[in-house]
This record gives sequence, structure tokens and C-alpha cells, in this order.
Amino acid sequence: MYIYDAHDKHILRDRVAQFKSQTERYLAGELKEEEFLPLRLQNGLYVQRLAPMLRVNVPYGMLNAAQLRKLAHIARHYDKGYCHVSTRQNIQFNWPELPEVPAILAELAEVDMHATQSSGNCIRNTTSDQFAGIASDELIDPRPYCEIIRQWSSFHPEFAFLPRKFKIAVTGATSDRAAIQVHDIGLQLVQLNGETGFKVFVGGGLGRTPVIGQVVREFLPEADLLSYLDAILRVYNQLGNRENKYKARIKILVRALGVDVFTTKVEEEWQHIKDGYAKLTREEIERTQGFFTEPAYETLDAAAEESALKAVASEHKAFSKWLTRNVSEHRVPGYAAVTLSLKPTGVAPGDVTDSQLEAIADLCEQYSFGEVRTTHEQNIVMGDVKQSDLFALWEQLKALGFATPNINTLTDMICCPGGDFCSLANAKSIPIAEDLQRKFNDMDYVYDLGELDVNLSGCMNACGHHHVGNIGILGVDKKGEEFYQVQLGGNAGNDTSLGKVLGPAFTREEVPDVIQTILDVFVENRTEEELFIDTYRRMGMKPFKERVYAKAD
Amino acid sequence: MPKLIKDGAIADNTWQFIDTAEDANTPLPTAPLPTGNIIVPLAVWQAQKETLKGRRNEIGVWLNSTELADTLGSDAAELPLIALRFPVFMDGRGFSTARLLRERYGFTGELRACGYFIRDQLFYLKRCGFNAFDFGEQYDENELEKAMQSLNDFSDGYQTSVDQPVPLFRRRA
Ligand code: SF4
Repeated sequence: MYIYDAHDKHILRDRVAQFKSQTERYLAGELKEEEFLPLRLQNGLYVQRLAPMLRVNVPYGMLNAAQLRKLAHIARHYDKGYCHVSTRQNIQFNWPELPEVPAILAELAEVDMHATQSSGNCIRNTTSDQFAGIASDELIDPRPYCEIIRQWSSFHPEFAFLPRKFKIAVTGATSDRAAIQVHDIGLQLVQLNGETGFKVFVGGGLGRTPVIGQVVREFLPEADLLSYLDAILRVYNQLGNRENKYKARIKILVRALGVDVFTTKVEEEWQHIKDGYAKLTREEIERTQGFFTEPAYETLDAAAEESALKAVASEHKAFSKWLTRNVSEHRVPGYAAVTLSLKPTGVAPGDVTDSQLEAIADLCEQYSFGEVRTTHEQNIVMGDVKQSDLFALWEQLKALGFATPNINTLTDMICCPGGDFCSLANAKSIPIAEDLQRKFNDMDYVYDLGELDVNLSGCMNACGHHHVGNIGILGVDKKGEEFYQVQLGGNAGNDTSLGKVLGPAFTREEVPDVIQTILDVFVENRTEEELFIDTYRRMGMKPFKERVYAKAD
Repeated sequence: MPKLIKDGAIADNTWQFIDTAEDANTPLPTAPLPTGNIIVPLAVWQAQKETLKGRRNEIGVWLNSTELADTLGSDAAELPLIALRFPVFMDGRGFSTARLLRERYGFTGELRACGYFIRDQLFYLKRCGFNAFDFGEQYDENELEKAMQSLNDFSDGYQTSVDQPVPLFRRRA
């Protein structure tokens, strides 16, 4: 994990002091509301329906035990004792007091954390694969590059007032768990003739106009990463739409110019700057990579560990289910990655309490080299657990409420805060998630359905990624009433696709039965090896639509 | 005499700003111009470039946020002053324009921010190559003094920029 040096600490302290003085000026009436607004947003502070919301960055999802304890302290001391893992791997506090925010930021800085640019029309926190560094399908660890991007994007003097927000995601694996094709810039690490570089996607995004990113460069040498990003951002900063905020994202610019013209402009700009000081040096890449070295793995006998684990699993059915659902393979023999489910029924998806955070800190020190990762599915991963420790860990996770064996299933829903918290919402989303968890509480049925992404957003801004859910649910407003539109066929990952609208929206009461009907059609028609998305792709929307609306008549 | 911030100190504003206000007094691109130090709209510069070149050190040009650096291009290198007018502080195009004027078009004169920008942007503006800040009526001299502190909100930055072309990663050691 990256460790701040004196420079990083100094810059962050400057930022904390700057925001402290801005907050004081605002409270003293010396800084106008509309001028303070973007300044507080660039320090993570929203004003929500009920209270301010503070979004703290978790750079590319990595957290250590000290940081977890600090978050617990903040939740307890400044908030109502809990926080929320967002769909962009960040941590959100729902109840901070504005005058206390500078103090919270100062506390975060003590553990090298911040809320810099976690909101506002600027470059946001870079996200990545939650299994970075441990996935067996990884070519190159993306985290050093994410850190290089984090530094480049932090307080970038030229790009703090962009037409709109800007999100970058990086993956280094063959299977894309970072959803890079629905980001403003998606970077896929690749190798060409032994050289490391990136395939560059631009112009993806969800929101009200969902678009899949397009390739602007098949191979960008790693040394050119920052100058190329500068070139893309500069073209966007100059030419992006500033009149209409719904047309301001880079995806609209790419579409308006056409990807070829856009690419030509970027390449022309890049020719001017590519050999400047921004070119990364071998030393810098290696310095950063040096922070993401392997922990001290033991040399273990994979076969022996595996059979010992099987023996335990055969005696404990519940443990065995959890193993199948919540434990993933690790590239190092004898180790595994464990996903803690933050989606037990009755808890808002992604919520975690102060004492739970402290318990996770203790457990990760005991079992996983003192680090965890947040995921964009709003769970937490312990990346480096010995297989021989899994049973003991499972028992402790069970006691803490983190062992619901539902990862990647129907009840592991991605869900935005929605109308309970968010001032932009058209409708509530958390209660819908809960309705579904209650309706589908038969785990055997849920397992039988196989992997299934159900994503919920409370409005078109799509924080709940509903477009890329196999089943997406979107809150809409019909004459002041909350309705829910259902979409089918979305998918995240390598074969990203956007869902299509099933038909007219439903009331909250209707949603669980509608989902049941959709699942019935799937179960009746699937072939043995098919997941929901495969059946949908084979059969199309028609049979689902006919059955759902036939019933409604 | 109105004041502004220049090179990190309070200074007299010795330049007259020629606006393009849409009223009867609007200087047509070809209309006669006052004597002394003046900052003219881009359209005036483009229309009268040849004659204005005779007045060299008295003629500055201002750009609005949609007029990007390449509208001046190589002319920039010969001007004593360019002003970038922010229509609203959230419009960040001027940050790119400033860098390009300095880094690509060889502009070495006074680069002035004017219009509606805020003191909390001073550090970034400075890094992008601005060295003069005309807040107009927004602040009195006392407030200008205070605002100037924001020029030094940070002690360092990560990126390559006009005031420090060598990015932090090349200076860490
Ligand atoms: S999708 Fe809409 S309702 Fe949900 S968090 Fe985002 S803005 Fe708020």
C-alpha cells in the first residue's frame, strides 16, 4: 500500500488548512454560498436532504487497519455511528456537521486519507479492481498506476473547473472488474512486445445518457500515461459543453465530434507535450511499484490445504455455501480472498457501523496482513487469507453479520442511497432492496438462480449502476409519486452492455412480484449452463415483457 | 487609481479595459481607440492589428472564455499584456488558455485574470501562468491584501506547471 512521504503529507496538510480557512470565511459570511459550493464539493462535502454528506476517498479501494479505526472513530465521534461504502469504493458519512468538517479532514490526514475532489466538476477518485494484486487473471498490478494518477489528479491546477465531473478507472486483469468501459477514461493495462502500456477507452459513462467507452488508443506506453491524460483533459476542458450540464460529460463531446475527430485532437495535443517533463521515469514507476510488493506469504502446499479445506467444508454445510459464494481464488497457493457481505437483509446495502469497522481492522490484522479493499458492489474484501484460517475467520464474520453467503447473487444488490438521503432522488431505493431481500429469502432458490446482478438507482444519475445490472431498477417520478422502471440485459465487465427498459414503470408494491415473474421466465427457459444474462441475450426482451404485462392486466 | 495584484504585490492598474458592451458606445472592431495603455477585445486586435502594432507596448488583448489560445497563436509572443476574462468562476477554460499561451505560444508579458474569478483560485491560476489579478470592484485594497494570501495556499504541487515545470516525481529524491 502506498505510504505518504513528507511531500505528500505537506501538500495534504496545506489542503486541510485551506479548507479550514474557507469554511471559516463562509461561516463568517465572507464567502458567498455559491462560491463556497464548489470549494466544499471539492472537499467531499454535499448538502443532502437531511444533513451534509461527506464523501471520503478510498484511493482504488485500499484501506489499512489504522485507517479503518480512524473511520470508526469519525463515525462514532462526528456522525451517528455508521458509514456507507459507495458504489465508487468510497466511504460516505451521512450526518457530519459543517463546522466540524475541517476537523474531520484533519483527522483523516493523520492516516493519509482525504476527501479531495471526491465531488465537484473535477477529476474524481480513480477506481480499480478490488482483487488487484491477488487475482489469478491479473497481468499487471494496476495499483501503482492508480497511485500515479491519484497524485497527478490531486490539485491539478488546470483541471479543477471542468465542464463536469470526470472519472477514471484502471484494470490490469483479463476480466474487467473495474467497469472501465463506463468511465470517462478507462485504462486497461496491456503488454506489447514485452513493453507495458494501456489500451485507452474514452467517453463511457452511465447517468442519463449511458454510453460505452470507445477505444482512442490501442497501446499507450506506460511512460506516456500522464501526458496523454493531460491531452485528453485539455481537449475536454476547452471544448466540453458548459451551457447544459446534461450535455457536459466527455461522452457527449466524443459523440458530438465523432470518436475519430476527437482522437485526432487528442493526438495532436499530445504530440506537443509528450516528450516534456510529465513523461514518467523508470525510477518513479519503480518507486511506486515498490509500495505494492507482495506481503510475506508463506509457502504452502496447495493440494494439502485444498483437501483439508474440503474436509471441513463437507462437515459444515453453511460454511461450504459461504466458501462457494464469498471466497475467491488467489494467485498464491494456499491463500484466498474473502468478501465480507455488507448486504444482510434489513441493513442498507453498504452500511457498516463503527464497532464493525474496528472488528474488521482487528480481523484483517490477524488474518490478512492488515489491509482490506472496498468494492464497487459495496462490500469489503480481505485479500490475503490463508485457506487454513478460513473456518476460524468465517465463524467470526458470522458473529459480526458479515457472512451472508450471497456475493454476486440476487440479494447482493448494488443500491444507491436514494430518496432516504439523496436530495436528487426521484424515489427511495434502500427500501426496494430490502423488499427484494425479504421476498427472496430462500437461499437455495437464490443459489439456484446463479450469478445475477440487480442494481438500483434512485434517479437517472445512476449511482446504483442500474444500466449495467442484469436487472436494473430505476426510481422515477410520475406526477409526484414514486415509481420504478425495470430494465433487463445490462452487464458490467468485459462484455459490457446496457439494459433496455422492460415497459411502463411499477409501484413499489408491485416490484417484488414483477422481479419474481421475470425470474420465472428465466428459470423455465434457461439451459443448464446459462446465467440470467445468457438466457436474456438468447431470447430477448419479448418473453419477459409479455409475461410481466400479461399478468398486470 | 484602481488596484490589482501583480507579481505577488498590490499594484496600480495602469491599463484601460476596452469592453465590448452591447450598447451604443460599443467600439466597432474598426472604431478609433483611446490613447495610452489599453486592453482591446480580440476582434479589435484582429481588425486593426497592423496599425496597432505601431503602438506596441500600449496594446494588450483580452480574450473571453470561448476564445482559446490559438485565436491569438503566435501573435501572443509580441504582446505586452493578455487578459483572460472569466464570465463566471466555474468556467475553467482560462486555465488551459493560460498554460498554452505561456507554454506553447511563447507569451512572456503580463497575463492577467479579470472578470468573475475568486481568490480561492489564485494558487491554481498562478500555477497556470497568470501573474496579475484584477478583481475589479470585488475587493477594496484591504481585502486585496487578504486575498493575496491565497496565492500561497499550497507549498508545492504534484504536476508540471508554468511556475514549476518539473513535476514532483522528478524532484522527490
Ligand atoms: S442515483 Fe440519484 S438518487 Fe441515487 S445517489 Fe445518485 S443522485 Fe442520488
